[in-house]
Amino acid sequence: MEESVTQLSESSGRRGLFSEFFGAIGRAGWRGIDHFGAAGIFFIQSLAMIFRRQQLKSIVQQISFIGAQTMGIIALVALFTGMVIGLQLYYTLIKFGAVSAIGSAIGLSLVRELGPVLTAIMITARAGSAMTAEIGIQRISEQIDALITMRINPLAYLISPRVAAAVISFPLLTALFDLIGIAGGYLSSTIVTGVNTGAYFYRLKASLAWIDVMGGFTKALVFAVLVVTICCYNGFYAHMRKEGRGARGVSLATTAAVVQSCVCILISDYLITSFFL
Amino acid sequence: MDQIHPQPLIEVKELSKSFNDRVVLNRVNLKLFKGQIVAIIGKSGVGKSVLLKHIIGLLEPDAGEVLFQGMPVARMKAREKEHYLGKISYMFQNNALFNSLTVHDNVAMPLRYQRRAERKAIDAKVMQRLEQMELGDAAGKYPGELSGGMQKRVALARALITEPDIVLFDEPTTGQDPIRKNAILGMIAAYQHKFNFSAILISHDLPDIFFISDIILALYDGKIIFDGTPEAFEHFEHPFRTEFIQSLELLQQELTGLYSRRQFKVRYQMDLFRNPRESGYALLIFNLEELPRVAEQLGPTALQELIAVMSAYISKHFNEVGGFSTRYGSTQFVTILPLANADEAGRLVALLAKDLTRNGLSRLACAESAARGGHRSASITITAGIAEGKSQTPLNLVIEAARLKQQPLVRFNVKCREN
Repeated sequence: MEESVTQLSESSGRRGLFSEFFGAIGRAGWRGIDHFGAAGIFFIQSLAMIFRRQQLKSIVQQISFIGAQTMGIIALVALFTGMVIGLQLYYTLIKFGAVSAIGSAIGLSLVRELGPVLTAIMITARAGSAMTAEIGIQRISEQIDALITMRINPLAYLISPRVAAAVISFPLLTALFDLIGIAGGYLSSTIVTGVNTGAYFYRLKASLAWIDVMGGFTKALVFAVLVVTICCYNGFYAHMRKEGRGARGVSLATTAAVVQSCVCILISDYLITSFFL
Repeated sequence: MDQIHPQPLIEVKELSKSFNDRVVLNRVNLKLFKGQIVAIIGKSGVGKSVLLKHIIGLLEPDAGEVLFQGMPVARMKAREKEHYLGKISYMFQNNALFNSLTVHDNVAMPLRYQRRAERKAIDAKVMQRLEQMELGDAAGKYPGELSGGMQKRVALARALITEPDIVLFDEPTTGQDPIRKNAILGMIAAYQHKFNFSAILISHDLPDIFFISDIILALYDGKIIFDGTPEAFEHFEHPFRTEFIQSLELLQQELTGLYSRRQFKVRYQMDLFRNPRESGYALLIFNLEELPRVAEQLGPTALQELIAVMSAYISKHFNEVGGFSTRYGSTQFVTILPLANADEAGRLVALLAKDLTRNGLSRLACAESAARGGHRSASITITAGIAEGKSQTPLNLVIEAARLKQQPLVRFNVKCREN
């Protein structure tokens, strides 16, 4: 009798653990779907308000912040990325006697993958985190509530210009990354290791198809939408974080925005690549 | 329905709100009629701001509703809500200024985004309002470069720039020095008279709120425990009132050196009214004539300084001979000199007049607009009246007798200090 009671309690304990485990996963899943839907509506509403009057000045200001002021760091990262790929590929391809293919390898890897992905990650780190923190502070200091009381739609005033600026800036910065990356690859492979300049550019031009460039820009656009939505959404609702309110809420929102953006960039990169290839 | 006011502008009905199982508001009712100023008093954290945020629609109630001209705010369509928000303005407790915008842009914001007025007209209006708030020099600065008191005035300027029908003031005087506190309340009262807006004002630390409010509402433990006139509040019996009044009186004394009305009455009762002997006293009444003109010419801060300096003169001359005084209305002071007669009081008043003539009231902090308007000084007349009272005579009769005997005491110039 005692044995059966013990067995019963053990099995119900195991069941309790199981249900708790799957319950937690289920709850997290629902929360995720909930946020995904809310963020989608948040983006669509912001997008719809881009064309309201008095937006141009704010959009230009945001392009300056997200785009122009990020050019320096993008150029630097692109240069060294191109250079290191040039070196790595040279020492790999030389083993197979295929050094002449270095131009196409650098061009394709940069235009298809590294350009859009690294650009998006760099913008997330520099401008995305700043967006979340700025909007989060505006939320906790009641500036967003003040906008509502002044009949100024906070999405139109704060989010729409950032959405427009991101959609414009991401492809342009990606193009810049690609160009400087190719130049970096050229520097390391031709000047440092002595690959023929003509061969480098000939193979680059021959292998790069229009669909590669389009794919790269499509990725840049998708990343722009993801990053700007995730960063702005986290900032806008920084006051609703259960883990911490006030300044802590903003810091948690900023961390979450950067992590979520990077993860979403990589996942969506895979999905888009599988679609284009 | 009310016979005199058929419909309140704003009505809060049985509103309840809880946060994480903590009941903040429990079936709260409030009515605001056109042209009224309703003051909500209560300790910190009792839900005063929460109540205001329900009125403007930033929070939704768990139960109950907010009505605007009889229409539930929660059930308004987008266009109706827009219309409602266009009539109402909110001054946040923490100012909620945009740190990345200049003071000028902060104040201009509600106009730029709503009205299709010309930029020049908006700029002129903003500058005029900033100068009224003594912020003309700060127009190009950012909120972060200003003191807390100045930021408060910027928020006040922003709340009033659209000339709204209803203004919700969430602690408009917090962080101001005593002179400016009164100046801001004076300004609110002046604007209220000028534009006839209705207001709900939260404050928990100022005696002069009683001078400008029509209705006092006391929030305690999530409930309205008092809803009535400031006069009725004086007779309201509740532990909250005693606690609250004591803190007010301390501030009143800090500001003017004079007793509050209640302290004055208590002292009168203790010293004279309950005195078994038939003891007499002299009662003096002083009136600062033409104060509204001074406020108009030199600004509200100068006016409050003038009242504070006058209070100091009265304390200096009468306290040391056993007298006690209070402000009686916005321009009058009453002093009682126990065991004194009219002749003795007259001699003391003459000394006060001499002191005022010799030293005057100068170096007031005047508004920038005063200098621009060419006003660096203003003349003021103080009238005084003396009456004798007996311990058993009702105080108001003696005050009335003194008031009837008022004569000009001294006329002199008040001057602005050089910046």
